[in-house]
Amino acid sequence: MKLHTKASAVGINNRLVAKITNTPIAEKREDYFLIVEDVDSDLDCTGYAGILTKRLPELNKIMTPWIGGFDNMELLKPGYIISVEQNGFTHVIYRPESHNNTLFVTGRCNNNCIMCPQPPTDSEDLGWIESHLRFIDLLDADLERLCITGGEPTLLGNGLVDILKKATIRLPSTEFYMLTNGRQFAEEGYVQKIAAIPDLKLLCAIPVYSDVAPLHDHIVQAKGAFAETVKGLHNLARYQLPVEIRIVLHKQTIPRLLPLVEFIYRNFPFVNHVALMGLENMGYVKNNWEQLWIDPVDYQDELEAAVRYLHYRQMAVSIFNLQLCILNPSLHPFARQSISDFKKIFLDQCNSCASQDSCAGLFKSSETRHSRGIKPLTTEDRTNSLAN
Amino acid sequence: MANFLPLGAFLPKPGYQFLPFDFTRLESGEYLIVNLSGEHLILSKAAFDAFTKKQITTDFDQYWNLKAKQFLLDSYDKETSEGLLASKYRTKKAFLDGFTKLHIFVTTIRCNQACQYCQVSRHNETAGEGSDMSLEVLHKSIDLMLQNPAPAVTMEFQGGESLLRFDLVKEGVRYSKEQNKTIGKQIEYVICTNLTLLTDEYLAFCEEHGVQISTSLDGPADLHNKNRPIASADAYTIVTRNIRRAQEALGTSAVSALMTTSRESLKYPKEIVDEYLALGLRSIFVRELNPFGFAIKARQAVGYSITEFISFYKEMLSYILKVNREGQTFSESYASLLLTKILTPWPVGFVDLQSPAGAGLGVVVYNYDGDVYASDESRMLAEMEDTSFRLGNVIDNSYEEIFFGETMQNIALVNCNEALAGCSDCAYHIYCGADPVRNYATQRDFYGHRPTSDFCKKNMFILKYVFELVTAAKHDTSLDRILWAWITRRDVNQMDDPGYCN
Repeated sequence: MKLHTKASAVGINNRLVAKITNTPIAEKREDYFLIVEDVDSDLDCTGYAGILTKRLPELNKIMTPWIGGFDNMELLKPGYIISVEQNGFTHVIYRPESHNNTLFVTGRCNNNCIMCPQPPTDSEDLGWIESHLRFIDLLDADLERLCITGGEPTLLGNGLVDILKKATIRLPSTEFYMLTNGRQFAEEGYVQKIAAIPDLKLLCAIPVYSDVAPLHDHIVQAKGAFAETVKGLHNLARYQLPVEIRIVLHKQTIPRLLPLVEFIYRNFPFVNHVALMGLENMGYVKNNWEQLWIDPVDYQDELEAAVRYLHYRQMAVSIFNLQLCILNPSLHPFARQSISDFKKIFLDQCNSCASQDSCAGLFKSSETRHSRGIKPLTTEDRTNSLAN
Repeated sequence: MANFLPLGAFLPKPGYQFLPFDFTRLESGEYLIVNLSGEHLILSKAAFDAFTKKQITTDFDQYWNLKAKQFLLDSYDKETSEGLLASKYRTKKAFLDGFTKLHIFVTTIRCNQACQYCQVSRHNETAGEGSDMSLEVLHKSIDLMLQNPAPAVTMEFQGGESLLRFDLVKEGVRYSKEQNKTIGKQIEYVICTNLTLLTDEYLAFCEEHGVQISTSLDGPADLHNKNRPIASADAYTIVTRNIRRAQEALGTSAVSALMTTSRESLKYPKEIVDEYLALGLRSIFVRELNPFGFAIKARQAVGYSITEFISFYKEMLSYILKVNREGQTFSESYASLLLTKILTPWPVGFVDLQSPAGAGLGVVVYNYDGDVYASDESRMLAEMEDTSFRLGNVIDNSYEEIFFGETMQNIALVNCNEALAGCSDCAYHIYCGADPVRNYATQRDFYGHRPTSDFCKKNMFILKYVFELVTAAKHDTSLDRILWAWITRRDVNQMDDPGYCN
């Protein structure tokens, strides 16, 4: 499922963020894009953030931005929040029915991981903060969970603190889940500021890729990263902020996976959750395939040992992004349906699988390159898997 | 497309420093090395030689293991290694936080049982009032307990037989709760009792106030009655019946039992365990005879050598493991304590085996006569007319005089095994403890002499044995599951259940 479409736009000076409506409304029009089938000369379009339409009309006087000529107009549904760039590039950034809503706060990152699925960009993002705050204003108050990601969200510095403050006030029942490398948390004052936000419900998901600095720093391609992440984890613990540790499984991490989880248990026993994650074949992974790829069926013993190690020690552990058919049956109960709805696919052979409804599926990017172990599970396999 | 640096660009410069560690050669010829935070590694002789000659390089897995566990410090990221080690060391020693947590109240020294091995030199049941604690002493002792900085304390009623003066137990709970209203400590109550005098009224009180029960059960009827006789009664039948009553009223987890090993016990390791299992107890604490009180006089009749105790312990533990392998969760408490010390990052607050020693720092005893002692063993010595570890008196002395006086200072000189000859370079010292009271009792010297110490012999042996289990568990999932069920107090049959965390 694609969540963006090209279009043409007139009258836009800045990136626009607003919610789609298909019925004209009276108040707060600046928060809405009005979507119309065809342009009606009687249409009262004053005050809207913009008008979305199939084809751009001929206009003499531009009072309200118009966006039209979409590649894929079916994407635009009432209730969705979209962002529109000056060039008309349109992104769906919120869908009320999805459990994977994400606030992408920056493209910049101070790590440059060899398996990054979404390589960092140098974009100037400080100007985005205002549109992030605006986005938060538009969200439905019953939103269960919002993922804050990038790039590296903490590079926004105080901007991130403002976003978290606003989000916590505006969405008191929402849980925030932030993907961060945790390096900025080495600065205790920064953690203190975040911890001081009243009623904050934030889980920081932080990657630790090795039990030793050189190997971690090589994977994230940044000298000194391990030192900062470790210090950051301890600072988060000091201020009692919840933490998840994430480990991406590939050729560089598998050989020391057991020492790594042992390191996590001995040094960060306070973490709330450890996620062991299959590789997403996107971004840099394509470039570094030889250095990274190891078929998950070939690391089941290592994975099983790591999961058991943590589980016996009462550390909550999950497996993300791996399919049930390639996991040892004892690991099935730890596997989560972690792949976001818009990236998730199943292969043709999955159609006859008895466990499809409880499987993570595959990343769309794995359609052609995936484990040799993918096969439909039988109802008998399913029974065994549930018995575990 | 980014330019990626190869691993070589991130490697440390050749050469490294050692961080503090101790080592020992195992029977297998391998080396066990242990560091400050209690993390360990087992190295082949070749790896150990290469490491200690500073010849091991980043080409070897063991190099990275040594670095990850802070046995060595290389040029890459020194600060993180030091910081992690410091943080783990602080955590391991965190049993010191808050000062003395276990407060023992000897409310009476009278007892209705006549155990041959009695270590506290009990007085007869019919002895006069001088054998009981006065209300004034009880209240002053509680005031001292509440003056202590620890946010959570355990108030333990000891004897003698504490149920002979249940009125003092009740008053102790009442007064401490009342005084604590403005202080707000968390207080856990435990009664150590032979349970022979249990009544429904006592049980109702324990239930109402969340008082836990710690009792003694030495094994099957013949053995128990031989070790722990009561005049003209069957002690075994009474205690087992009352354990069941207490379990029913308070829940199984509120009732625990420990056994004392006499010479007679040595014959029955399995039968003793079966007795505990039959009562639905989830653990057993196997204790050897302590060199105090009547146990010394009766040594000829009930004593044994430490070697005999060790083979008994080993036989019992093998049987307990077998029981667990067959699906019944049952642990030996001393082994569980050592496993927790070895395999977890957490501190263990067990006053009989820690460094700095528990005496005064972890535990204090308020004796029936108002004298304050540094530990249970200290007051046992006092009954033998040796008051070397008397810290003061609740009526005559202030909190400062008691806890920071000359006796406490003398104990503090010798209470860290990190600074005792024969301990400081022992591979196991992080998991072991210092025990000046026992050193004095057995060797007439606070400092002690390790080569002739039974305490050392016993703990060395048990630690070696526990390490054998830890090593075997790396390749034996069913053993691993048992050890972790003990450490985390869970059901061995449910360890692999994914939703089963607590």
